[in-house]
Amino acid sequence: MIKKILYSAACALLVIVMMVAAAGCGTSDKDVINVFNWGEYIDPSLIPEFEKETGIKVNYSTTPTCEEMYAKMRNGGVNYDIVVPSDYMISRMIDEGMLAKIDFDKVPNFEYVDQSFRNPEYDPKNEYSVPYQWGTVGVVYNKEKVDENEKDIGSWDLLWNKKYRKQILMFDNSRDAIGIALKKMGKSYNVSSEKDIRAAAQLLIDEKPLVQAYVQDQIFDKMEGGEAAIAPCYAGDYFLMAEELGDEGSDMLGFYTPKEGSNLYVDAMCIPKDTQNKEGAEKFINFICDPKNMAANTEYIYYSTAESAAREMLPDEMRNSDVLYPSDEIKDSFETYVNLPVNCRRLYDKLWIKIMSA
Amino acid sequence: MKTNKAAAYPYLLWLILFTAIPMLIVFYYAFTNEAGQFTLVNFKDMAEYSVVFFNSFRLAVISTVVCLIIGYPMAYAMSRLGKKGRTAAMILIMVPMWMNFLLRTYAWLTILENNGLLNAFLSAVHLPELHIINTPVAVGIGMIYNYLPFMILPVYNSLERMDHSLIEAARDMGCNSRQVFTKVIFPLSIPGTVSGIIMVFIPAVSTFVISKILGGGASILIGDLIEMQFLGGTYDANMGAAISLVMMVIIALFTLITNRIDRDSEEGSVLLS
Repeated sequence: MIKKILYSAACALLVIVMMVAAAGCGTSDKDVINVFNWGEYIDPSLIPEFEKETGIKVNYSTTPTCEEMYAKMRNGGVNYDIVVPSDYMISRMIDEGMLAKIDFDKVPNFEYVDQSFRNPEYDPKNEYSVPYQWGTVGVVYNKEKVDENEKDIGSWDLLWNKKYRKQILMFDNSRDAIGIALKKMGKSYNVSSEKDIRAAAQLLIDEKPLVQAYVQDQIFDKMEGGEAAIAPCYAGDYFLMAEELGDEGSDMLGFYTPKEGSNLYVDAMCIPKDTQNKEGAEKFINFICDPKNMAANTEYIYYSTAESAAREMLPDEMRNSDVLYPSDEIKDSFETYVNLPVNCRRLYDKLWIKIMSA
Repeated sequence: MKTNKAAAYPYLLWLILFTAIPMLIVFYYAFTNEAGQFTLVNFKDMAEYSVVFFNSFRLAVISTVVCLIIGYPMAYAMSRLGKKGRTAAMILIMVPMWMNFLLRTYAWLTILENNGLLNAFLSAVHLPELHIINTPVAVGIGMIYNYLPFMILPVYNSLERMDHSLIEAARDMGCNSRQVFTKVIFPLSIPGTVSGIIMVFIPAVSTFVISKILGGGASILIGDLIEMQFLGGTYDANMGAAISLVMMVIIALFTLITNRIDRDSEEGSVLLS
């Protein structure tokens, strides 16, 4: 019996030694950086260009959500040198000590980042993040199905309009969906009052019979195919949909920013605390911030850039689009998510389950 | 004898590394809080989610029952076919399974959508359109479609392996066709039926992708609930582990009970012979 245990222990030890050795090989290599980004969120030609320019090899992997990015970093066992989380997640990662301070002397191209995107709420001293892309949330609607004189156009109320029963789509995660209800109530996205959050959840329960589906990426297919009539939507995605549909598209789909205000989000490049190649990561950030590369990337992704110099290089229809670059007055009505305290996040999750089981 | 035992060590090691240790980790997380102290609060909080458990089980039971009702006659019919017919039927069941599960589910989305293939067909022949997508019916269709082969194959196996001289003997003794089925064929196919039920019920109770795609994400199942603990707004690995543990216990109980039915029936058939 003892012999058996010893035998298995020896085997286990061997395997562990091998695993550690293998991991050691990977991390000691200085000329590699591991980049962890959202799917479809980089111009693929930029990676070989960076590799050629710096001699640093890029391991590129993707994630569908910010939360998954966080979970993978928390679970450990992975080494990333660059991550691209959204604003509220960045402040959470800063609070939890998961990010390294960037040495901005090594990122001279940071000078191109517009003043209005420096020292943001989620990173007030601008020590941990460099903006990658930004965008806003609005409402996309099918002009053939929604009455053009509909008084709710221009407001979040359109998502609660009983006339369009079962033709409305809603975001499928608690923060975005409850956030929209809060805005409809005229509150901030970032309120921590339990009463307000519960009232917002009640609004979503009231809305549920009108909702066709709770989706995220499928908004694209369902709006383009005419399956649904009204949906919340990222401005860049609307732009892409209209472009894909051609002339027909701008006739069929309309987009507006609700007058109650909406969300402006920033996805920014950060370096995790346990990076193995901080210098390489800083080179990567600097490379992306080069206006030439930033413009190529923005043109590919269809979101908005935080560098005026890069915006100048974009094709006219993107550069001058008031969907992608709203005027300053409208911009003032936008609000950015900040990280909510843990008890609020729990309340959000619990209420979301309540909405879904209603 | 000794060498035989040594040959099993790699498997033992495999089991320890990839089954025993992960289970222990799930156990540890389920009974601790974020600071690593012992607590039962995860299980207490779970009571709030009882409606989610109830919905998942109801859906899984319905799918299992429907799969049994459709799958058993199908397997029976297959087992009565000639050699060529059996091969053809088997290929027809297996080939769709070579395609990715997600792809097959998305295909159902295209069929069932309001502007989908089914409604295009119905309106072409001047029939009223159906609104199936984003309802529990659509989720049921997706589940039954995906899990039906798991019911057919084990039942078919047990029917095919059956000793046909037993049927002849029953006939000789004067059983009519119905009696042959209820007294001989069905009791002998119970082991296959039981594994079919287990193989459908377990994935059905823990699924979440099907309800998300075909159900419009308008309801939450246990799978979603577990996913939410890790990828939702709160990262609560302890709660996620506790829910998974409760799931494992329920599935283990379910398997034990169905196996017990299986064993009892075997004893029954021994008595019968």
